[in-house]
Amino acid sequence: MEDVARRIDEDDGANGRFLVNSVKPDTIDRFARARTGAAAPSRRFLNRVTLYQVAIVSGFVLMLEALCLAGVIDKITMPPPHRIALDFFKLMASGKLWPEIGKSMANVLLAFVLAYVPGIAIGTALHGYRTLRDTLDPLFATYYAIPVFAFYPLFIVMFGLGDGPQVLIGVLLGIVAVIVTTLNGLDRVPRVLRKTAAIARLGPLETAIRVTLPFCAPYLISAAKLALAYAFIGVIGSEFIMARTGMGYEIGFAYTNFDNATMYPLIVLILLLSIVMNGILSRWEKVLLSRRGL
Amino acid sequence: MAAPHVTLHGVTKRFAASAGGQSVHALGPVDLTIGNGEFFAIVGPSGCGKSTLLELIAGLLPPTEGRIEFEGRPVAQQIPDGVGVVFQEDACFPWLNVRDNVAFGLRRTTLEPGEIARRVDRAIAMMGLGEFARGYPAQLSGGMRQRVCIARTLVAEPRLILLDEPFGALDQQTRLLMGDEVLRLWRETGATVFLITHALDEAAMLADRIAVMSARPGKLIDVVETHWPRERDSRIVEHAQFGTVTSRLWKTLRDESMKTMGRMAVSS
Repeated sequence: MEDVARRIDEDDGANGRFLVNSVKPDTIDRFARARTGAAAPSRRFLNRVTLYQVAIVSGFVLMLEALCLAGVIDKITMPPPHRIALDFFKLMASGKLWPEIGKSMANVLLAFVLAYVPGIAIGTALHGYRTLRDTLDPLFATYYAIPVFAFYPLFIVMFGLGDGPQVLIGVLLGIVAVIVTTLNGLDRVPRVLRKTAAIARLGPLETAIRVTLPFCAPYLISAAKLALAYAFIGVIGSEFIMARTGMGYEIGFAYTNFDNATMYPLIVLILLLSIVMNGILSRWEKVLLSRRGL
Repeated sequence: MAAPHVTLHGVTKRFAASAGGQSVHALGPVDLTIGNGEFFAIVGPSGCGKSTLLELIAGLLPPTEGRIEFEGRPVAQQIPDGVGVVFQEDACFPWLNVRDNVAFGLRRTTLEPGEIARRVDRAIAMMGLGEFARGYPAQLSGGMRQRVCIARTLVAEPRLILLDEPFGALDQQTRLLMGDEVLRLWRETGATVFLITHALDEAAMLADRIAVMSARPGKLIDVVETHWPRERDSRIVEHAQFGTVTSRLWKTLRDESMKTMGRMAVSS
């Protein structure tokens, strides 16, 4: 580390370009990382946090296991976690629900894309029209007070009993969150970056693609996490209510037939899929933020 | 003075009133001619319209009245080709590394990729950022980030460089050294430089001519010629003439600064 500090002083002193006197250790780290383009190290902190997270989840599962085995939670309500795990692998290996899982995931993905891409486009367009944005602000502020699921029968009348209403609910739940988060991000773009884009003679579309939206990337990833969560809630929740296929329907069907060997593994699968997808997005968000020193 | 490069004829700027308020007369009328290859500086009290003047010349704002010409062509709310601006604020793109920041303005040009790489390498080397080319702005000091912004401006090879208090956030030592850098680049590129600054010594050290602006609405109330040789650096502060220049600037500026601070009545 001292060697790095000495080299900084020698280089800069020789060129007479800038001064880095009395460099602190953290500054040395920063300069050393800048030379390699490496992100800020946080492994040690992360390790400790990860350890706590694993301990909390493991402790919760072990507690459930103990309560189930001791008969505090009866078998009909919930089998012990080790039984759920075995049923999970059995169900996955049998492949009998793969078509249902595939259909639900395809609808979740479709709802996510239809909420996310237009949401960003609408947010970006609205940012340029102050009056329209102010007009719509009350709608955005109260939107999540509207019980979208209450409109499900109407959607069935309009779009039939297919996948349309389920996807539509996923989209309606997610799109406003994406619009609002995009607007929040765009509000924080420093004016000087817009002026720099203007000096580079970028047009409005190119400014959005090359400057404002990349600046908002961490916000857009937050929006993606929200859109994904709402897509899961919308699609799986709708399948519970009236669908004849999909993971939500299968969970509801298993529930009414006391089929815990199907219901719990499906619930675990939904949890895993949601957590893994959100985890990937969170990881990406962390990488972007660490590049910005955040 | 060399052939005119930038000319302003009766340039005035008024900002529209906000709801219920009055319009703000920010600037002018200003008449000014800057010669080709000249290093021209503007000093003035806070809020006198210095940055507005720079943004008008850059084409970032339209004048309310008057006409601005760059290389004989009117600047009418359209960024002219051949103009580069370095702002006071950190204008690095935080998601791009140093190299991509510097290359930013060249990505949409018709230059060959090889030529882009050559120009970027040269600008990075010129600003002493070679070792940090893969680093991100968050990993650099304020002075280094400002040098990234200067490199990004230079790489486009502008014929007119507008500097809006580019060293405002830097410490005095770094400012002097950055001043040397700017003088060196000015000599090497042959570009015309228009500098806005609060610092009288900075203006006196760098510029061939220095205009003093009045309190708002900003007008040019004095123009001081320094008569420095083209080959100069920060050691010019030792020159006997340096004190004369800064004294004259301060003499003109003092009353205007007091007006801005609302202290005129107290002092009289």
